[in-house]
Amino acid sequence: MTTTPIFELTDVTYSYPESTALDGLSLSISPGERIVVLGANGSGKSTLLRILAGLCFPERGSVVFQNQALTAESLALETFAQDFRQRVGVVFQNPDVQLFSATVFDEVAFGPMQMDWSKGEIIERVNTVLNDMEIFHLKDRAPHRLSGGEKKRVALASVLVLNPEVLLMDEPTAALDPKSQGHMIDFLFDCIGKKTVVTTTHSLDIVEEIADRCIVLESGRLAATGSPADMLQDHALLERTHLVYKHKHRHKSGVVHSHPHLSHDHHHRAIE
Amino acid sequence: MFGPKCSTGRRRDFVEGTLRRLAGTMEYATRADDSAEHAGLLQQIDPRVKLGGFLLLIVAAVTAQRVGVIAGIFLAGLLLALLSGVVRTLTKLWIGILVFTGAIVLPALFTTPGLTLWHLPWVGWAVTAPGLHSAMMLIVRSETSATLATLMVLTSRWVHLLKALRVFRMPVVFVVILGMTHRYIFLLLQIAQDFFDAHRARRVGRLNPAQRRHMAVSSAAVLLNKSMQLSSEVYDAMQARGFRGTVYTLDEFRMKGRDWGMLAAFVSLAAAAFWMGKQ
Repeated sequence: MTTTPIFELTDVTYSYPESTALDGLSLSISPGERIVVLGANGSGKSTLLRILAGLCFPERGSVVFQNQALTAESLALETFAQDFRQRVGVVFQNPDVQLFSATVFDEVAFGPMQMDWSKGEIIERVNTVLNDMEIFHLKDRAPHRLSGGEKKRVALASVLVLNPEVLLMDEPTAALDPKSQGHMIDFLFDCIGKKTVVTTTHSLDIVEEIADRCIVLESGRLAATGSPADMLQDHALLERTHLVYKHKHRHKSGVVHSHPHLSHDHHHRAIE
Repeated sequence: MFGPKCSTGRRRDFVEGTLRRLAGTMEYATRADDSAEHAGLLQQIDPRVKLGGFLLLIVAAVTAQRVGVIAGIFLAGLLLALLSGVVRTLTKLWIGILVFTGAIVLPALFTTPGLTLWHLPWVGWAVTAPGLHSAMMLIVRSETSATLATLMVLTSRWVHLLKALRVFRMPVVFVVILGMTHRYIFLLLQIAQDFFDAHRARRVGRLNPAQRRHMAVSSAAVLLNKSMQLSSEVYDAMQARGFRGTVYTLDEFRMKGRDWGMLAAFVSLAAAAFWMGKQ
């Protein structure tokens, strides 16, 4: 039995004035899948997330969200827009752009307020999410005065409050300390079977924990797709797409290091 | 950083000096939010009562024609500051206003025609009674109005003040824009500070005036670009969470007994000041 894909991208092309971000990309994302999009800087990862989030639209090709075309026209329809925004949540790489409200409580309540929920429903749901994310004590604080890890949690809470089916996360562990990274990885691990999660990252050491499938982008094109284990073993691919770098120095053991971020096992797998 | 500890005793250039003052303002704003968390009298009062009450008192101080009445309002403000534990922060403000307003009104002491009170030694300039009266009125009014406004800011969280503005029928869009401006001005100032720190870290010696001007203009352009990029990203983030042009707020204020008591005190004091302050 085949399930309807959550997202179906066909021959998607998107350009900025100075470069082409996505070049004929075709991709299908099934419900409940956890996908990691890998790629070097400028490979088109963030643009792909923006297109999936309906924040920009391809100049060529099509994007379909559950059998409905995702276009500027369809998102202009209030019922579709409200349904789509409730079902698809985006966590931006820089939490500062996502935290625009005066307090953490208002920030988390922003999404529900757009959905015409009742006041009581909003307050109850926001308090529940703040508790679940262990940030209830921050609820009256101004978001701009929080630490990086706290900001990221608030940003995540502000998306999870709508309980979206799909989570789009742009570099969720970037610029976080190990503890905050750990919390984020635990959260993504807990999403198994509950949500469709599309994550962009450079950090190969977290890929196996947070993904069922990897997509590698190279200059806006699909370079490879497969299981995290297969991708991590394809050292030639990782090197070609600048996801690993062969250091010029030698380790004490005499081995030339390939990638500093890989965990011990992965590291040896990658250099075998 | 551009804090006072970095001072080398040399004359700073204009851009650095401006940034240092802006950094000081940021610290002041941060302190204001911290002092709003203290357990003082005004900190416990509903922000709507404070906003309305202080507004009434400021209008009373501005319209009163007797120095004694305005001084009475000032003393009431001083008492509230004492009971709220924010007097120390206010002293800087009083000195600043005294110096600034004093410089403005100084000529009026000698140029306003009327009864001469005394002559300044050596120069022989005559200080007149109407001149002294108008100078005192302006200084006392400025000190009182600024004290009351600052008291309100120091004892209320900024977000609560914004919400309280809604009670006075301030349009939601205006309140939300005010809140976002307050939030993002900090971020842009931080970017500006980092920008100048990075510039200083790579600089040897002092810049000549032309180089300083060039740096000021180019940094302003970079900041403008960054702020436009930031606003576009923020709009994307708002859209991603369902924003379609309508702004909503959740107001949760509840009046308690002490709030009603303080409101009555504010209204009584303002009414008395209006009545007694008439010419």
